Amino acid sequence: MISLTANNKEPKGLDSRLFKDRLFKVVVFIFAFITISPIVLIIYKLIIKGYKQINLSFFTETAPDTYEAMIALSNNEVIPGGILNGITGTLLMVVLASVMAIPIGLLIGIFLYENSTKRYANIVRDITDILQGVPSIVLGLIAYFWVVKSITNGFSALAGSTALGIMMLPLIIRSTEETLKMIPETIKEAGMALGVPYHKILLRVLIPTGFSGLLTGILLAISRIIGETAPLMLTALGSMGVNYNIEKPTSAVPLLIWEFYNDPNMVDLIWSSSLLLMGFVLLLNLISKHIMAKRA
Amino acid sequence: MWNSEKITKTLLFLASLIIVLITSGMVLSLMNGAIPVFKEFGINFIFSAEWNPTEGREDYGALSFIAGTLITSVIAIFICFPLAFSTSLFVGEYYRGTRLAKIVGTMVDMLAGIPSIVYGLWGFYVLRPLIVDLGFNSQGFGIFTAGIILAIMIIPYATSISTEIIKMVPNNLKEAAYSLGATRKDVILSVIIPNARSGIFTSYILAFGRALGETMAVTMLIGNTNLIPKSIFDTGNTMASVIANQFGEADGLKLSALIAIGLLLFVITGLINGVGKLLIKARL
Repeated sequence: MISLTANNKEPKGLDSRLFKDRLFKVVVFIFAFITISPIVLIIYKLIIKGYKQINLSFFTETAPDTYEAMIALSNNEVIPGGILNGITGTLLMVVLASVMAIPIGLLIGIFLYENSTKRYANIVRDITDILQGVPSIVLGLIAYFWVVKSITNGFSALAGSTALGIMMLPLIIRSTEETLKMIPETIKEAGMALGVPYHKILLRVLIPTGFSGLLTGILLAISRIIGETAPLMLTALGSMGVNYNIEKPTSAVPLLIWEFYNDPNMVDLIWSSSLLLMGFVLLLNLISKHIMAKRA
Repeated sequence: MWNSEKITKTLLFLASLIIVLITSGMVLSLMNGAIPVFKEFGINFIFSAEWNPTEGREDYGALSFIAGTLITSVIAIFICFPLAFSTSLFVGEYYRGTRLAKIVGTMVDMLAGIPSIVYGLWGFYVLRPLIVDLGFNSQGFGIFTAGIILAIMIIPYATSISTEIIKMVPNNLKEAAYSLGATRKDVILSVIIPNARSGIFTSYILAFGRALGETMAVTMLIGNTNLIPKSIFDTGNTMASVIANQFGEADGLKLSALIAIGLLLFVITGLINGVGKLLIKARL
C-alpha cells in the first residue's frame, strides 16, 4: 500500500505536466483553426450569394442603372446587366500599370542585384522598402496630383494606372532581386569567361534562367493591385459605360463593387462581382504557385 | 568611348534614379499640398481634434483620426497575436514540413489575396450583425468591428515571418531541452520563444504597419465619426478612411487638410516600417 501511494505521487507530477502540454496543444490548434476559418467563410459566402448572378450577360453587358435594378427587384427577377465596364476598365488599368512598372521594376531589380553591396544601392533598396510600405490611399493622393490635376485635367484611367503602377514597382523590384540572387554565380561567370558582352549576359543568361521567378513576381504584383479600390476612388472615379480612352474616367471591378454597395437597388450585385474579383486573384496566385513548384 | 557595358550600366543606374525621384517627389508633393493647412493652424493641426468644414468657421485637426488609426491597429494586433502565433506554431513546429502544414499555410496566404473591399463587405454583412447580436453596440459599426477585420487582414503578414523565425530555432537547443525531460509546451515556452522573440516581435511591427494604412474595409465598418473614440465600441475614423470618405467633396483648405493627413500617414507608416527593417537588420 505504502509503495503504491508513493508510486502514485510520482506520475501525478508527470500527469499534470503532460496535461498542461496537451492543453497548450489544444489551445494552439483551436486558435490555428480559428485563423483559417475566415478564408473558408468568406469564399463560402461569396459563392452562395454570388453564383446566381454569374451568367453570360454578366460578362458581356455593362452595369445596370439603379432604375433598371429597382424594377427587376420589385418583379423578383435577377438584376439585368453585368460588369463589362468594370472588367474592361480593370484590364485597361492593369495593363497600363504593368507597362509602366514592369520594365522599370526589372531594371531596378537588376541594378540592385549587380551593385548589391554598394552604398547607393542600399539607399535605393531602403527607398524601395519605404515605397512598399506606403498605404495605397496615399498613392491615390499622389496620382491625383501628378495626373488628374496636371496631365489629364480630370479623373482618368491614366491616373488610376499611375497609382497602381507605383504600387507594383517595389513588389517587382524586390522579387527580381531575390530571383536573380538565387541564380548560381557560376552560370554568370561562365558567360563572362566566354567574353559575352554585359548586356547579353543579362538578356541571354540571367533573365532566361530566372524567367519563372520573374514571372511569378509579376503575377503576384498584379494580383496585389487588381483588387485595389481606395486609390482608384481618387483617380479613375468610375464610369457607366465601357471606356478605352486613358484620359477619361474609367470603371473597375472593385469600383463597381463600391458603387453597388452604396446603392440599395444594386446591392445584390456585390457578391457576384466580388466572387469574380476574388476568383481572379486566387487564380493568379495559383498560377504563380504552380510556376514556382515546377521550378523547384 | 561608350561600349555596350557602359550603356547597360548607365541604363540600370538611370532606372534606379526613377524610384528615388518618385519617392522624393511624393514627399515633396504631399508637403506642398499640406502647406496651406499648416500655415493656418500650425503644429496644432496634429494636436487638435476639431474637424469642422463649415464655410467661414473651418477648423481642422487630425488628432481624432490619428487616435482612431492607432487604436484600431492596436486592437488588431491584440486580436491577431494569439491567432497568428498559434498558426505559426502549428505550421512551423507541431506539423512542420507536413502536408497539413502546407495546406494551413496556403490558406493563411490566401487571406492576403482577398481584396480589402471584399473584407469590408464580409465585415458589413457577416461580422457586423454578429456584433449587434452580442450586444456590444446597437449598429455594429465602430473601431472594435474595424479592429477585428484588420486583425484578419494582417494575420498572413504576421504569420509568414514568425513561422520562418520559429523554423530557424536550432534543433540541438530543442533536443537538449527534450533530453532534460521537457514537454513540447516547455520547449516552446522556454526555448523557441526566447530564441525567436525579436524576430516574432518584428513580424508584428510590420503587420502593425500594414494595419495603419488599410482603407476600404475600415471605412465600411468604423462608422465614420470625426471624434476621438471614448471606448472600443465607439465609432470613429482613421486617417486612411477620412481621406477616402471626404476626398470627393473636398477643395481648398479641406483638401489641404486631407493631404496633410496623407503626409502624416506616410510618415507614421514609414517610421513603423523603418523600425521593423532595422530590427531585422540587427538580427541578421
